[in-house]
Amino acid sequence: MIAFDNVSKMYRGAPKPALSNVSITIGAGEFVFLVGASGSGKSSLLRLILKEDRPSAGEIHVLGQDLRRIPSRKVPLFRRSLGVVFQDFRLLPQKNVFDNVAYTLRVIGKSSGFIHDAVPDILQTVGLAQKAKNYPHELSGGEQQRVAIARAAVNKPAIMLADEPTGNLDPGTSAGIMNVLSRINASGTTVIMATHDSGIVDQMQRRVIEISGGRVVRDEDEGSYETSAIPLGELDTAPIPVITDEMAAVSPPTPLRSARAIDPDDVASPFPWELRA
Amino acid sequence: MVVSIVLVTFISLTFVGTAILLQAQITQMKSYWFDRAQVAVYMCTDFSTLGGCDQQGASADQKVAVEQRLQSATLAPYIERYYFEDRDQAFANFQDQFQDSAVSELVSPELLPETFWINLVDPEQSELMFEALSGLPGVESVIDQRSYLDQIFALLNAGSLTAVAVASLMLVAAALLIATTIRLSAFSRRRELAIMRLVGASNRFIQTPFVLEGIVAAAIGAALASLAMWGIVRVFVQGYLSDALPATVFIGTADAFATMPLLFATGIGLAVVASYISITRYLRA
Repeated sequence: MIAFDNVSKMYRGAPKPALSNVSITIGAGEFVFLVGASGSGKSSLLRLILKEDRPSAGEIHVLGQDLRRIPSRKVPLFRRSLGVVFQDFRLLPQKNVFDNVAYTLRVIGKSSGFIHDAVPDILQTVGLAQKAKNYPHELSGGEQQRVAIARAAVNKPAIMLADEPTGNLDPGTSAGIMNVLSRINASGTTVIMATHDSGIVDQMQRRVIEISGGRVVRDEDEGSYETSAIPLGELDTAPIPVITDEMAAVSPPTPLRSARAIDPDDVASPFPWELRA
Repeated sequence: MVVSIVLVTFISLTFVGTAILLQAQITQMKSYWFDRAQVAVYMCTDFSTLGGCDQQGASADQKVAVEQRLQSATLAPYIERYYFEDRDQAFANFQDQFQDSAVSELVSPELLPETFWINLVDPEQSELMFEALSGLPGVESVIDQRSYLDQIFALLNAGSLTAVAVASLMLVAAALLIATTIRLSAFSRRRELAIMRLVGASNRFIQTPFVLEGIVAAAIGAALASLAMWGIVRVFVQGYLSDALPATVFIGTADAFATMPLLFATGIGLAVVASYISITRYLRA
């Protein structure tokens, strides 16, 4: 479903690679937590899956397609099979809940008949059937995030990417969001969720991929936010970073336990999710 | 924002249209006058010093020689018709032409040259007449009337070129303004655009409304410019100029209508290119 093969990503002007030699495989229907400190490369990884960026090295296959071989005019078509949810919801304030969700279907040219079937259906799934006529400012944060999830899921994407979807929400509301995501995952959608919320990760007991300094340092099925388990050994076997020798000198393989002591200023891109539009 | 596009395209297209109308006017005057322009072979008078004259009037023999030359096999095919104007006729014409002017009282028939007036089959070939006739004894000078007209046309041409130059500058400004406006318009809708891109709206779907915005604004500008063309011809040319200069032929509203498709094509073409490039660059940047 998603395969990274020795993927590295350098941002121009950044001294260290945002991702270096990442190789992961995520199968259909999986629920994966992406954990790691801010700036560790989670968002870069999600951007690469979305083909918002191209990798500096390595190959990425998503849904059986080599991302390098998708011409830019076919990218919109590719993105229709992905759903994305953000920490800040990104709803259109002048549209009500129904229209916010319907908007994504309209812009990809779905018939209004399809829209009037699919939108109430997905609002039911996220538990907002009663609020279809409300506007975003009339909703709580959790409800707004549900709208955003409904928007991402309404087209029945094969993959759903969520970048800290509970980052702005209280624990109780977060649990509700996780319920919705689990439900969507249960319907067959692969969910990849970047998060800092240790409570959620610990409770869900799903696959956890930890990234630190641009490297995968842990990949556990049914893992927790922090682990006492022996690392998978990625650190020891990971090849030297591709870029240059200097690069390797600046970013020596980081020991697992010190991963969270990473410099907070060491951020690859200040607004990694800021879409170029 | 859209109003600014409308105004700039309106003004620049008005300049384009004016340049076209000026050209039409020049063409019209050329075809009118060039058909009527004659070559004049002025014979010597007792007062003329130019050519081979030496202050002696052309003799009857010399006039016959010129006439024979005009009838000769080498020149005759190029000449549609010619006629001889003697002093009295020239004087009568002169009096007629300058009847209100003080000059008419200073001129007597002796001062005016006898003249062969030649209408050529092809007015472009006046050069032949110079070569064949200007050296003959008793001929003072050979003049193509078109040489007088050429100065007028040069002036009109310069005006037309100026209009074209101003128009091209204005068109560049219009294109830049359209690009900027579309970019601003896209920026003000960046939330929608970001979501559209995220959920996989096709590029054409995203771009079309912006290009349409440019087209509509430019079309309104072109419509205003077309109206201006009609107004210029109707009010200025037909209402004022043709009264002031009754002897001259002027363009009519048909010429104004002829410019309109061109104005629309220019304006809309410009808008499509400028807005498409602008929105495409915005989406890529």
